[in-house]
Amino acid sequence: MKPQLSRRLSAYVCATAITVASGCASTNNDPADPFEGFNRAMFAVNEGLDTVAIKPVAQGYDAVTPLPVKVGVGNFFGNIWDSWTAINNLLQGKGGDALSDVGRVLINSTIGIGGVFDVASEMGLTKHSEEFGQTLGKWGVPDGPYFYWPLIGPRTTRDTFGWMVDTYYDPVWRVDNIPLRNSLVAVRYVDLRASVLPTDKVIEEAAFDKYSYIRDAYLQHRRNEIFDGDPPRIPLDY
Amino acid sequence: MKYLLSLFFALTVLSGSAWAQQGSPDALVQKVTDDVLTIVRQDKDIQSGDTRKAIKLVETKVLPYFDFHRMTALAVGRNWSKATPEQKKRLAEEFKKLLVRTYSNALTSYKDQTITYRPSKIDAAETDVVVKTEIVQPGSKPVQLSYALEKQGDGWKVYDVIVAGVSLVTNYRGSFAQEVRNKGIDGLIQMLSERNTQLETSNP
Repeated sequence: MKPQLSRRLSAYVCATAITVASGCASTNNDPADPFEGFNRAMFAVNEGLDTVAIKPVAQGYDAVTPLPVKVGVGNFFGNIWDSWTAINNLLQGKGGDALSDVGRVLINSTIGIGGVFDVASEMGLTKHSEEFGQTLGKWGVPDGPYFYWPLIGPRTTRDTFGWMVDTYYDPVWRVDNIPLRNSLVAVRYVDLRASVLPTDKVIEEAAFDKYSYIRDAYLQHRRNEIFDGDPPRIPLDY
Repeated sequence: MKYLLSLFFALTVLSGSAWAQQGSPDALVQKVTDDVLTIVRQDKDIQSGDTRKAIKLVETKVLPYFDFHRMTALAVGRNWSKATPEQKKRLAEEFKKLLVRTYSNALTSYKDQTITYRPSKIDAAETDVVVKTEIVQPGSKPVQLSYALEKQGDGWKVYDVIVAGVSLVTNYRGSFAQEVRNKGIDGLIQMLSERNTQLETSNP
């Protein structure tokens, strides 16, 4: 399978944006976020897109889809992702987890009817979620500057490259039938957006500056993931 | 006689460990979580988004185990030492209101998740611990929900809630420091109280 033009294009766009952003003068409050001006602009673009298009679609999907179907859709794409998780666990030297992930994919793809039912979880094989950004993190690649991208949202520089690798190897993006591929990508995107709808209200009420609230939460969350949920505690002063 | 002695010994050990467990931070977290979820599971109002009812539940069942003074100090960071006792009191009051609302809102989106408790080895001499739980929901990776607790006197108090690695308390550090830089401690108090008033009037 040859790399799709769109994937090359997205890689090119990201690379250009990184270069352009490097030239932006910006208000320098947080050392992790040197391109805050650029990021805030992208954030505004995304918020606009979300308000007029993505969120309404996700809300519609959420309203008309019965819960078991939503769970099935999530499981189906989750099962595809599990195979990538297995590879990344292997790359991170976590052989046991990788083996468990392979077991999950085998069980869910067969007994779980193509991944629609997560039988493996009920059998005690815990779901993990690893991507290439985490693998790079495990290998010691630092975060690099923080970015906020349209459509894909917050990513550090390392995780932006991780995301490009993820997308390159993503089985869904590799489906040869283009209309089918596009539908799958769209459904997965909408399902993902719908799954975080309940968080919207919490963030809306809790955050004073939504942009920095999301940024700080993202950076904390990533640190936690790279340490597999057990990061060393940072002593806090006051 | 030997048999009796060992029975007596076993009983003492058993009751001793049961007593110790009741006073342990993980037992406390488990008890409070179970109490709250038992109520939420039966309450259709809370499940359909009645924030006011959820707030009442959190205030009676959860608040007594939280140390809001410490939470506020952690969120404010270095500027905390610059605040007067009166300012500290106001800050803690307003921050408490906001966090209670956030926590209560999260409760109203409860569907049919279950909570599992990750076994932790907590040293008896420890006075500052993190108790880990996981929210398990069908079709997705479990979400970590951890509580940081500190021993105070003979009880434990929660001073941080950490969701998927994100501390609900320290996530405010940046925006609070920014506000203090621009408008001082009183500016921060005002920002918090304005938000609380706005939330109370717009969606009670």
